[in-house]
Amino acid sequence: MKTNVSVVTPDGNVYENEADIVSVKTEIGEIGVLPRHIPLVATLTTEAVRVKNDGNEESISVSGGFIEVRSDKVTILAETAERPEDIDVERAKEAKARAEERLNQQDETIDQKRARQALLRAEMRLKVADRR
Amino acid sequence: MASLREIKGRISSTKNMKQITGAMQMVAASKQSRAQAKSQAYEPYMQKIQEVVASIAMGNSDASHPMMEQRPIQKTCYIVVTSDQGLAGGYNSNLVRSLRQTISERHQSTDEYSIIIIGKIGRDLLKRLNFPIEAEYTGLSDNPSFDEVKSITRQSVGMFEEESIDELYMWYNHFVNTMRQDVTETKLLPLTALAEELEESVGATPNYEYEPSENAILESLLPQYAESLIYGALLDAKAAEFAARMTAMKAASDNADDLLDELQLSYNRARQAAITQEINEIVGGAAALE
Repeated sequence: MKTNVSVVTPDGNVYENEADIVSVKTEIGEIGVLPRHIPLVATLTTEAVRVKNDGNEESISVSGGFIEVRSDKVTILAETAERPEDIDVERAKEAKARAEERLNQQDETIDQKRARQALLRAEMRLKVADRR
Repeated sequence: MASLREIKGRISSTKNMKQITGAMQMVAASKQSRAQAKSQAYEPYMQKIQEVVASIAMGNSDASHPMMEQRPIQKTCYIVVTSDQGLAGGYNSNLVRSLRQTISERHQSTDEYSIIIIGKIGRDLLKRLNFPIEAEYTGLSDNPSFDEVKSITRQSVGMFEEESIDELYMWYNHFVNTMRQDVTETKLLPLTALAEELEESVGATPNYEYEPSENAILESLLPQYAESLIYGALLDAKAAEFAARMTAMKAASDNADDLLDELQLSYNRARQAAITQEINEIVGGAAALE
């Protein structure tokens, strides 16, 4: 038995496949969702989602997301999501550099939280892109 | 009767115009189908978010959030979606007309409301009429991505959260079909009748476990939900805009056709009259010689 995984963003379906296990990181910690999991809704932190199917592992970068689990279906709702091949590595590197620079400046006007979020997102994208 | 040369000039300029409106019609048609496809791609996301929000809102009554509560209304905000370009028939003017009417019925002074305007045409119109404009966005692309409209959605939802506004409405043209676009007003915030409305459209949902907690999920889900409502309406408005432009340009091309027929007829008449006159003159001249 397998679960159906789909990653949905406002711009359409990014990913759809079957899986043996889906690993995500929620606010409380990492969870692995197996088939016949109880229905669950959880907010995700900025971390790659990993989908394992027949020994293959795929990662998807997801930000601003939720996971909705039903017994035979896992849906990940995110503002943006990319598969490794869709990630613009250059852009992510630039974003990372920019965020680091912002965090290093001790400027009151800079939104530290936002910069940290941006850094996390860029790092996640680079990590996912690395695995392709 | 106008001279032959004059009529000829009018025929060629009308033909040119028809070519332009015909091209614009085709451009609008292709953009329209793309906008509609985008709207459809967005549908599953919206549906899922609705399902999750509904299951929380219906699941237990003690889940609460400032966005779901009605406050005494001191200030209302309207998001008004117009286009950047004209030539779209009554697309912008219908919207602004009903907006003005509603506002004059609802509010006594300009302190009671503010407007977030999207699109150049509406901005220029409302500025000239001295409406209080809180923010303006122009140059939205034909197929706006969620990222692109984030600043709009963040700002408006943020204003509600900071309590600088107590109500948020959205005014846009709803796409019914290519011939019809309806001016629509949607109340975005507060989400008071949320549970009832969603129950109708979504139906029963499973009993979820929530991590970390229902309220924590509402905390991040509701702003996202409100933002996605705005985005959905924007996509709808874009589809309507291109449909309106397509229809307007089709009407213009058809008019040009009618005009060309008439002009061609009067050109032929003038030509015939000229020939008849010439023959008359020749015959007259010949008769005079005999």
